[in-house]
Amino acid sequence: MPVNKTAIGKTYEPVLYAVGREKIREYARAVGETNPLHLDVEAARAAGYTDVVAPPMFAVVYSAPAVGPPIFDPEIELNFAMMVHGGQEFLWGPLVVAEDEVTTVASVKDISEADGRGYYVFESISTNQRGEQVCRGTWTNIVRGV
Amino acid sequence: MADLQAGTKIPEVRVTPDKYLTVRYAGASGDFNPIHTDEDFAKAVGLPGRILHGLWTMAQVARAQTEAAGGPGHLKRLSVQFRGMGVPEQEVLVTGTVRELADGRAVVDTVAEQAGKQIIRNAEADLEL
Repeated sequence: MPVNKTAIGKTYEPVLYAVGREKIREYARAVGETNPLHLDVEAARAAGYTDVVAPPMFAVVYSAPAVGPPIFDPEIELNFAMMVHGGQEFLWGPLVVAEDEVTTVASVKDISEADGRGYYVFESISTNQRGEQVCRGTWTNIVRGV
Repeated sequence: MADLQAGTKIPEVRVTPDKYLTVRYAGASGDFNPIHTDEDFAKAVGLPGRILHGLWTMAQVARAQTEAAGGPGHLKRLSVQFRGMGVPEQEVLVTGTVRELADGRAVVDTVAEQAGKQIIRNAEADLEL
């Protein structure tokens, strides 16, 4: 069955994520960060930030809620059970700190097929409350047996 | 921060995810796919057992860059390909080499492996120094 490409270019509703201090600390501990900028408010303030700093890969936390809807969009017909995460790219702007409000818009960048696999590429654009782009993510999912 | 020059290796990162790491990472990240936390479920869908979250392993690749460059603000881009599967309770080794360095920007080629098998390959990081 050929992959359904009609959704290429489709854009989804913006999703707002309010960044919390304890969420940053929980995430930083889970990935083994030891830099006090991520864990210690006083250290972060001494370095000139208003609160603890999110590790760059915290982008996963604030942008993933926006990337879920396209993965489960019936128009795309992506077979989630056969999906593997093939590749990931993040491009970062200014650092995210606790109390930031990050809005993410996801879109379908490409859908293609090769050697019996479907390639579903989603893009996420995340912007902070000042309108600065803090991250652009490119999420490549591979579906076996299309 | 490390002394980064073209051709030099960045300091390696070695970390052994403990038995319950995937549970903590699921909670921290919001990715509750049971292939990462439920041994029976993972086996029922044809996996050898619970596997690591690829994005946790990518976070180790990112940490190797930010530790080498001297902080989180230096990492401007990271692109990875996931291959195979990482497993808990086995050391993850992240190694990287500076491919080029020009105008205060370094490009670092990086891999993450377990027991000699790459689980992230072709990782490319852009660092602003």
